[in-house]
Amino acid sequence: MSITDLFSETFWALTGNKIRTALTILGIVIGIGSVITMVAIGQGSQAAIENSIAAIGSNLLIVTPGAQRGAGGFSAGRGSARTLTQADADAIKSTVTNTSGVAPELTSRYQIAAKGQNTNTSVTGTVPDYLTVRNVQIATGTFFADSQVSSDAKVAILGPTTVTDLYGTADPVGQTIRIRNIDFQVIGTTVAKGGTGFNNPDDIVYIPISTAQRFLSGGTYVSQISIAAKTQKVMSDVQQQITALLDQRHKITSSATADFSVINQADIAGAATSTTNTLTLLLASTAGISLFVGGIGIMNMMLTSVTERTREIGLRKAIGATNGDISRQFLMEAIMLTFIGGAIGVGLGWAAALALKQFANVSTQISITSIIAAFAVSAVVGIIFGYYPARRASLLKPIEALRYE
Amino acid sequence: MIEIKDVSKIYHTGGEETVALDHVSLKINDGEFVAIVGPSGSGKSTMMHILGALDNPTTGQYLIDGQDVAKLKDDQLAKMRKNKIGFVFQAFNLLPRATVMRNVTLPLIYAGAPQKEREQKATAALAAAGLDKSKYNNHSNQLSGGQMQRVAIARALVNDPSLILADEPTGNLDSKTSHTIMTTLQALNKKGHTIVLITHELDIAAYASRVISIRDGKLEHDRKNK
Ligand SMILES: Nc1ncnc2c1ncn2[C@@H]1O[C@H](COP(=O)(O)OP(=O)(O)OP(=O)(O)O)[C@@H](O)[C@H]1O
Ligand SMILES: [Mg+2]
Repeated sequence: MSITDLFSETFWALTGNKIRTALTILGIVIGIGSVITMVAIGQGSQAAIENSIAAIGSNLLIVTPGAQRGAGGFSAGRGSARTLTQADADAIKSTVTNTSGVAPELTSRYQIAAKGQNTNTSVTGTVPDYLTVRNVQIATGTFFADSQVSSDAKVAILGPTTVTDLYGTADPVGQTIRIRNIDFQVIGTTVAKGGTGFNNPDDIVYIPISTAQRFLSGGTYVSQISIAAKTQKVMSDVQQQITALLDQRHKITSSATADFSVINQADIAGAATSTTNTLTLLLASTAGISLFVGGIGIMNMMLTSVTERTREIGLRKAIGATNGDISRQFLMEAIMLTFIGGAIGVGLGWAAALALKQFANVSTQISITSIIAAFAVSAVVGIIFGYYPARRASLLKPIEALRYE
Repeated sequence: MIEIKDVSKIYHTGGEETVALDHVSLKINDGEFVAIVGPSGSGKSTMMHILGALDNPTTGQYLIDGQDVAKLKDDQLAKMRKNKIGFVFQAFNLLPRATVMRNVTLPLIYAGAPQKEREQKATAALAAAGLDKSKYNNHSNQLSGGQMQRVAIARALVNDPSLILADEPTGNLDSKTSHTIMTTLQALNKKGHTIVLITHELDIAAYASRVISIRDGKLEHDRKNK
């Protein structure tokens, strides 16, 4: 049988029973498409989390106030206490070695007004060190300088989301915003860090910490202190120095009564990685199950047609087809089916992953490995179950195949 | 020349044995026109399948041109079925979803004939089998029994085989069409084709030059027609 005839027979067989062909292809499409989409979601969220961990800074240590213990011994929750002060930050800066920056922060949400626009956003009072410690980049204008911190200057740097909320696409540098009826001059904007939701790092206003303490909160406490260690290696040393220093300053004798805690970036990364690993595993197993179900679908379609096809094989042999002719024909059919289904499945899975990214704001990342694995599994299943029953039938005597029930 | 030597065929079904052919020996020379007659269930179709190299005897030998069919490899058997034998099944065995044209050209695909030649040969075979031209593009499951029969005959003729085996080729045809078909077969026989057919009807058997009758899997008579 010539190649042209082989293709023509395959085309005839596939178009001759459109429902069977469509269902088989559908099984392959669902199997492959879902694997690709799910793995893309898993890998996408892993990448997104890794990115946002890198975005919070490098070699970062964060000191937060511990839970404040009231008279009755009730706890108001971690970070709620006003136990960290500007003096603690200054002490860390002057005594702890091997740091490349210390940035105390005082953060609170305020209603902000500018030229008739309004937004509720997070206002962070801090120092210029914050830029290096927290990996923030300036897009336009400048950040405030140490001298502006000393002079309680009323200047502000806006995050990109806040800029959009207040000014749309216009450049806000030189404009004035009002926070609690106090005018601040906008002197710069920051580059987007990415991220969404309630803790959007781009929806923010930076002002000097002294200004925040004097005009907004009234008091010298800070909400947290970020410290960058010089290298990854000295991180635990720096963490120990900070803990010792603050223990001494706060007169803490046992860690159980500590009114602060020091978190290091590796802990945050570790926790996040194990969460995404679980997520990826979950998605991968769901995908594995769909591939399995898809595979069973393919197998089923291939096997159910065997009765009808066995008679056809008997007839073809009776009129002179060799075993090779039969094998090649059925192999070709199975390859065509899995190839068409595979191509559609890859296309749809890819499109679904892109659509999720575009319209549902789910971060996705197409994985070539998952495409290859999904394609390979359905191809192997399709070809084995399309080919072997046919091969077996081709080894029967024509008359036995013709009588097959 | 085809020859069966002491052939038996025993079917085993659910512990029961059916002896379909019981030590039959028979020789058919090239160019003969043989009719096989016998009551239903006497083993005619079973013998035909063995003659067509579609089935193996349980015991005994089948020789085509002196070659033992049991000793042939699968590919040699395929070649023999393709080039030498045209088979008309009692149950037609057409591909249901294929058109008449596709059914008749199917043997030519395996024989490797060029596209143009296929259609010509198929048209000629269909004309010889007497199928109306308007049906050539119908699906074979949209045909009447008689029309299917003609397609099955055309498919057996299309490859111009030297041995034509027909299992009741006129079973579903009216007597006028039956005689047309028989005239066609007779003409092919005159051109040198060996023809073996099974029939129930005496006037069909009368076209043959030799009539063999079978009963209970055994040869009963073997006589020449004048
Ligand atoms: N595949 C099979 N399995 C079991 N028994 C079979 C099989 N094929 C045929 N037989 C039996 O063998 C015997 C001969 O059958 P065969 O088909 O050769 O008869 P026949 O002479 O062609 O009859 P008819 O004129 O009705 O076509 C019958 O008894 C039949 O039941
Ligand atoms: Mg019969």
